[in-house]
Amino acid sequence: MEPFKTLTSKTVVLPVENVDTDQIIPARFLKATSKAGLGSKLFADWRFDGEGKPKGDFVLNRPEAAGAAILVAGDNFGCGSSREHAPWALVDYGIRAVVSTSIADIFRNNSLKNGLVPVVVDKAAYAKLLAAPGASLTISVEDRTLTLPDGSRASFPIDPFARYCLLNGVDELEFLLSHETAIAAFEARRG
Amino acid sequence: MKPRTMFEKIWEAHLVRPADADTPAILYVDLHLVHEVTSPQAFTWLRERGLKLRRPERTVATMDHSTPTTPRGRDGKIPILDNAAAMQIAALEKNCADFGVELHALGTEGQGIVHVIGPELGVTQPGEVIVCGDSHTSTHGAFGALAFGIGTSEVSHVLATQTLLQQPPKTLAVTIEGTLRPGVTAKDLVLAVIARLGIGGGTGHVIEYRGSAIRALSMEERMTVCNMSIEAGARAGMIAPDETTFAYLKDRPRAPQGAAWDKAVAAWRLLPSDPGATFDREEKFDAAKLEPMITYGTNPGMGIPIGGDIPASSGPSDAKALAYMGLTDDKRLLGHKVDVVFIGSCTNSRLSDLRAAASIFKGRKVAPGVRTLVVPGSQAIKKAAEAEGLDRVFLDAGAEWREAGCSMCIAMNGDQLKPGQYAVSTSNRNFEGRQGAGGRTFLASPLTAAAAAVTGRVTDARELT
Repeated sequence: MEPFKTLTSKTVVLPVENVDTDQIIPARFLKATSKAGLGSKLFADWRFDGEGKPKGDFVLNRPEAAGAAILVAGDNFGCGSSREHAPWALVDYGIRAVVSTSIADIFRNNSLKNGLVPVVVDKAAYAKLLAAPGASLTISVEDRTLTLPDGSRASFPIDPFARYCLLNGVDELEFLLSHETAIAAFEARRG
Repeated sequence: MKPRTMFEKIWEAHLVRPADADTPAILYVDLHLVHEVTSPQAFTWLRERGLKLRRPERTVATMDHSTPTTPRGRDGKIPILDNAAAMQIAALEKNCADFGVELHALGTEGQGIVHVIGPELGVTQPGEVIVCGDSHTSTHGAFGALAFGIGTSEVSHVLATQTLLQQPPKTLAVTIEGTLRPGVTAKDLVLAVIARLGIGGGTGHVIEYRGSAIRALSMEERMTVCNMSIEAGARAGMIAPDETTFAYLKDRPRAPQGAAWDKAVAAWRLLPSDPGATFDREEKFDAAKLEPMITYGTNPGMGIPIGGDIPASSGPSDAKALAYMGLTDDKRLLGHKVDVVFIGSCTNSRLSDLRAAASIFKGRKVAPGVRTLVVPGSQAIKKAAEAEGLDRVFLDAGAEWREAGCSMCIAMNGDQLKPGQYAVSTSNRNFEGRQGAGGRTFLASPLTAAAAAVTGRVTDARELT
C-alpha cells in the first residue's frame, strides 16, 4: 500500500443519510474475481439510467465533480454488507477520503486497508462542508485534521495503528505474519 | 473476579495478544466460513505472496450468493447460465482444491447458504470466534459465539494467519421480557428492535439479546434474531447458550461426541454473562407489546407494526426513501398491492420458517399475478421439507419450490425483481435495488409473506380465516 500522508482536493457532496453498500456497488457487479475496474460501476443505479446513460442530476455526473477525491456524505455512510468491493469501487473511481458524521464499522475497516481514509466530523463541521460543495480541503493523516471551507481546522479520530499503517503504507497482513511465534504459542496453549 | 459479559469471556479467551495503546488486539479465529463472492481476491493475494492456509481444517466453504436456484434439469444438475457466476464458482472450486479447503459445492447434499450450513453441520459452536466475508455472519451468535462479518482483506488475513486485528467493540444488552403473542414471530421481534435502534444505532457495539422472550425462542428463531444485528449497525449479536442450544447441537455431524461432548457442554455452561456484569448500554422491550412488523422504507430500520401508519417524512433522506418506494401518498401499508413474494435467505429459510409459510398456503392458492418463490436455505432443509410434504403444499398453492441459495435476497443469481415491482420478502435488506434494480421491498416474517402471496396484498396473517 502506498503511504498516505495528506490529501488536498475539492469535495463532492452527497447529502444522503445511510448510503448503503448496495448503492455504492450493486450486488450484480460482485461476480468479478479481481478488484480491477469497479470504479465504472460505482453508484451504478444512481449514476446511470436503465439504458446505461449518465443521469445529469446525480452529483458525481456534474462537470464540477470531475477530479474530486473527497466524498462528503450523510450520516452512517457505508452501512450494510461487508463487501470490500465498496471501497475498491470508490478508490478505483478516484475517491481517497469519505467525510461523514458517522461511518459504518465494516466499511471503515475495509476502507483503511485500501488507502481510503474514513473521516468522521461533528455536525457543525459537516454543515460547513454541505454549505460549500466543491470547496478545496486538506486532510492530514499526520495531524488528524481537515481544513474546513472557512479556513478553520477540525480534528478527526483515527486509531494510532490505522494512522501508522496509512502514514507508512504498512500492510496489516505483513504485521500479522510477523507475529507467527505468538500465534503458534497461542495454538499450543489451547491444544 | 470482576463479573464479565459473555462477549468479554469469548474475546479474552481468543487474545493472541491484547490491544495496547499503539496496536489493536490480535484475535484468534476458530471457524472461517468462505463463499464464492468475497474470497477469490483473497486467494489470489495468498498465491501472489506464496502463502498457504494456516489452518485449512478450521475453514469451510460453500457456494450460495451467485448460484442459481432454478430447479434441476433431467440430468440432476443445476444449470449455471451466467458466465461471470460460472467463473466465480469455478474459481472457488479451484481455490478450495489448491489450498485444501472443505467445499460444499453446488449440487452436493451439503450445499446451502453459508449461515445455514454452519449450524446444520455442527461446526458453529458456543464460545467460538467465527468469521466470514459476509455481514450476516452475526447469525452464528445465536449459539453463544462471537461471530461477525469481515471484508476480503481480512479474509486473506484469516486464511494466512487464522487471526485478525480487532479494536474491542462496546457491548449493548437488548433485553426482551415477556411472551410474544400468537402470530408474532422472531422476525417481528428483531424488526422491532431495529426500528427502535435505527439502522446505525448499534454501530460499534456487540449486542447480547437477553430476557425471557429470548430464552423461549428455538435455535432457528434465535438465528433469525442474531442474523439481523448488522441491520442496526452492530457487527455481532449473541445469545447465551442453554439447554435449547445443546439439544440442537447434540449429534450434529461435527459436534463433539461422547466424553468430548460432556466436556464441551461443561465449558459452554460457563459462557453466559455473569450476574452483575455490566454492558456499555441497555435497551429493554416488552415482548407482549410487539406486533407483526413490516418495513415501508429503504433501510431495515424503517419498520412499523403491520397495521400501523407510515410515519410522515422527517427530512430529505426520508422523503427520498418514500419517493423510491412510491409511498408518498399512502397512509398505511396494509392492503398495498404486492407483485412478488420471496420466502428464503439466511434470515428465514429454515425448516420452521417453511412450516410457518406452509401453514398459510395449505388449502389456499397464490393470488393471480403474484410470483411466489420459496427457497430453502440448504439442500438438507430442502430434503427435510420434501420428506414432510411441504414442497407439495407450496407447489399446489402455485408457488415455486427452488434449489438452495441466497436467491432474491441479493439478486445476483438470476432471481430478481423487475423495476417498480413490490415484494414482500423474508430476507434482511430493503435497500434500493437490493432485490433487483428499481425493485421495492417490504421486509416481514414468513407468515406475513405467505399471507401476502395468497391475498396479493399486504395482509395481517392473523386475519386470514
